Amino acid sequence: MGEMEELRKEADNLKDQITEARKVVQDTTLQEAVAGTTLVGRVQLKTRKTLRGHLAKIYAMHWGTDTNCSKLCVSASQDGKLIVWDTLTTNKVSAIPLKSSWVMTCAYAPSGNMVACGGLDNMCSIYNLKGKDGNVKVMRELAAHTGYLSCCRFLSDSEIITSSGDCTCVLWDIETGTEKTIFAGHLGDCMSLAVSPDFKMFISGACDFTAKLWDIREASCRQTFSGHESDINAIGFFPNGNAVITGSDDATCKLYDLRADQELITYQDSGIMCGVTSLAPSLSGRLLLAGYDDFNVNIWDMLKAERVGVLAGHDNRVSCIGVSSDGMACCTGSWDSFLKIWN
Amino acid sequence: GASFGTGMERVIVAMQDPDMGMKMRNQRLLITVIPHAMTGNDVIEWLIQKYNITEEEARHLGGLLVQYGYIYPLREPRSLLLRSDDSPYRFQTPYFWTSSRWPATELDYAIYLAKKNIRKQGELVDYEKENYSILHKRINHTWDFVVMQAREQLRASKQRRKADRIVLECQEQAYWLINKPCVNIRRALGRNRVKSSICLESFMKYSEQYLHHDPIMSGCLPSNPWISDDTSHWTINTDMLRVERWSFSFMELLNDSMGRREFMIYLEKEFSAENLCFWVACEDLRHGESSKIILKVEEVYKNFLAPGAARWVNIDSKTMERTLEGIKRPHRFIMDDAQMHIYFLMKKDSYPRYLKSELYKNMLAKAIVPQETKKSVFPFMRRQRHSSPSPAMVTQATEDDGKAKGAGPTGTSSTTNSQI
Repeated sequence: MGEMEELRKEADNLKDQITEARKVVQDTTLQEAVAGTTLVGRVQLKTRKTLRGHLAKIYAMHWGTDTNCSKLCVSASQDGKLIVWDTLTTNKVSAIPLKSSWVMTCAYAPSGNMVACGGLDNMCSIYNLKGKDGNVKVMRELAAHTGYLSCCRFLSDSEIITSSGDCTCVLWDIETGTEKTIFAGHLGDCMSLAVSPDFKMFISGACDFTAKLWDIREASCRQTFSGHESDINAIGFFPNGNAVITGSDDATCKLYDLRADQELITYQDSGIMCGVTSLAPSLSGRLLLAGYDDFNVNIWDMLKAERVGVLAGHDNRVSCIGVSSDGMACCTGSWDSFLKIWN
Repeated sequence: GASFGTGMERVIVAMQDPDMGMKMRNQRLLITVIPHAMTGNDVIEWLIQKYNITEEEARHLGGLLVQYGYIYPLREPRSLLLRSDDSPYRFQTPYFWTSSRWPATELDYAIYLAKKNIRKQGELVDYEKENYSILHKRINHTWDFVVMQAREQLRASKQRRKADRIVLECQEQAYWLINKPCVNIRRALGRNRVKSSICLESFMKYSEQYLHHDPIMSGCLPSNPWISDDTSHWTINTDMLRVERWSFSFMELLNDSMGRREFMIYLEKEFSAENLCFWVACEDLRHGESSKIILKVEEVYKNFLAPGAARWVNIDSKTMERTLEGIKRPHRFIMDDAQMHIYFLMKKDSYPRYLKSELYKNMLAKAIVPQETKKSVFPFMRRQRHSSPSPAMVTQATEDDGKAKGAGPTGTSSTTNSQI
C-alpha cells in the first residue's frame, strides 16, 4: 500500500547515503593495490596427525593459547564429549562427558584453566580443568539465552562472550553466573563470534547476512557490514585487528576493513558452489584457510584473492578449523568424527 | 532521520485504531496481569492482513518497530526482537517516541540512572555505572536536583497499582535502552573513513613484516615438531624471531611474558618501572573477578595514585581528576583513561629507547638462530620423499635428484646446508 511504499523508499534513501559515503573512500581496486606483491606459490600442507576418539560428528574445535599449551586443543562432538588433545602425541588429556550431547561450540580459556561448550541446551557450561583432585568438573552453567548456543569465546577466566540462535550475544560474569551485557541488534540467528586481539571489541556473524562490530565496554554496535547473500557461518579478525573476515552459505568469504568501513575483498571461485563452514587466517594474515560443505578446505592468498591450495582428507563436511596461536599448525574437525593436524 | 520516524508512526497509529487496529487483551507477566497488550504473533498477523505483505516482510517491519522503540517486549525487556509467538508486547506511549522533537537530555538520563541506583543497589550494569559517573561529574552542579527528582518520581510510582508501575518501568527502560545519549565524549560522532588504498597497503605491510614468523608460509627452525617429533622449538627460549618480534610493536613486547620481563629490567634501570607495574595492575583489574574489583581499585589507588604513594605514576591533572572522581563508584573500566595515558607514555618514550638500548641489543646478539635438523627448503615446496628402495630391488643406480641423501623417515641426520 501507499504507506509501505513510503517506508521502503525512506529506508532505501538512508542506505544510499551510507553507500555514497563509502564509495568516496574507494580510491583503488584490489588489483591495482596489490600489483606489486608476488603471488604465493602453490601451498601444500600434509596431514601430520589424525586425532581419533570421537564417535560422532565433530562440531567445533579451539586451540589453547597459553605458551604452555600451544599444542593443546579442545573439540566437541555430538557423541556428547568434549576432548582435550595433546595434538603432538595424539593423547587425550581429558575426555569430558556432557549433560547434553547436542553441542555446537567449544572454547579454550586463554589461561588454559578452563574450557566451555554449549548447543541446543541453550546454555554455556564452563569446566575447570585444573581442579584440586584432578577431576574435570562443571564450574558454571550460564543459562539465559532463549535459543541455541552457536559460539562462545573467553575474554579471561572471569568473562565469556556467547552468541545464540535467539539473535543476541551476551557477555557473562563467570564468577556469579550472570549476564552482564546483552548485545541485541541482529535480525537473525547469531552463528559465530570472534574477539579482537586487544580484547576490547568483538564481531558477530548472523543469519541476517550481516556482521557486526561491538564495543564491549560501551555495550553498543559500532559498525555493521553487509554484502553477503546468505547466512554468515564463520567469522574472524585479520591478525592486526583492523579487518573482519567472514564466511557464508553464499559460497564466498569476504574481508571488511574496519577503518574504510566496507568490504574490500571477496574470495570466490566459479567452481565453488557450496557454503563456507569455518575459517582461520595464518599468523601473518597472508593465507586464509576456509572449510567448506564439500568436505574440503580451500587455502586463499588473502591479498591476491586467489586459491593457492586445497586440504583434502576428510570424508565428510569440515565443520571447524583453527590455526594454533604460534601459527605452527592448522587443525580441522569434521563430521567424519576425526580431527586432522596439517602443516 | 525524522521522516523515517513519522512513517513508522503512521503504522503505529493505524495499529491502535479502535475499529481496524489490533485486538488487545490482558497479558500475564509472571503473576501480574498487564492490560492492553498483544502477542508477537498478533502483531505479525495484523501487519500481514493490513498491508497485504508476506510473513517475512511483516517480521522485518515488526522487528523495526521494536528496534526503534514504538513497541516494547514485556518479557526480557533488553532483547529488542519481535518474536512470532505468544510473547507479550505493548505500545510505547507517544511521550517516549524516538522521533519526538523532545530530545533525550543528559539530565533525564541522569535522573533515570539515579532512580535505578536508589531503587536497588547494584542494579546498574557496567556501562550504566560508567555513564552515571561521567554524568555526576559533568552536571555536578545540579546533582541535588537529580537526586531529588529521582526520589520524587520513585515515591509517586510507589503509589500506583503494581501493574501500572511495571508497565511504566518497562516503558522507561525500553526508551532508555534505545535513546541513551552518547555520554562518553571519546566516541566520535561522525565516522572518518580511511581510503581503501591505505587499508590494503597496511595489510600488505603487515603480512610482509610477519612473513618469516608465519610457519605455514616460511617453515620453522629447527624443525616443525609435527613432522620431526622434535619439540626443541618450544624449549628454545630466546630465539631470534621471538626477540625480533618485540620491535614490531609495543603490544608485541607487552604480550610476550619474557619481553615484559626484559622491559621491566630496563625500566628499573631508568627508575620508571612503576609505569609498567601500573599498566599490569590495570589489566588485572579489567579482566579479573567482579568480586575483587573494589579491593583492586583500592590497592591501585594506594600504590600508584594517592599523594605520596610508593609508586606514584605521573598522569596529567585532567585524567587524574576524572579517575579520582570515578573511584568513588568503582567498576572494571575505571582505570582505562589512566592506563591509556601511561601506555602511550611508555610507547612514545621508554619503548623506543629500550629498542636502542644495550640490553636489547645484547638480547638480539645472544638469540639463537636454530640449526635446522632436516634438509628441506620451504615446507610446501618440499619434494616428494620416497622410502629407500629395498637393496634387493635395486638393479640400477638411482637418479641423483638430491632427494634421498642419507636421511631416513625419522630424519636424524645432521645437515650441512645453510640455514634459511
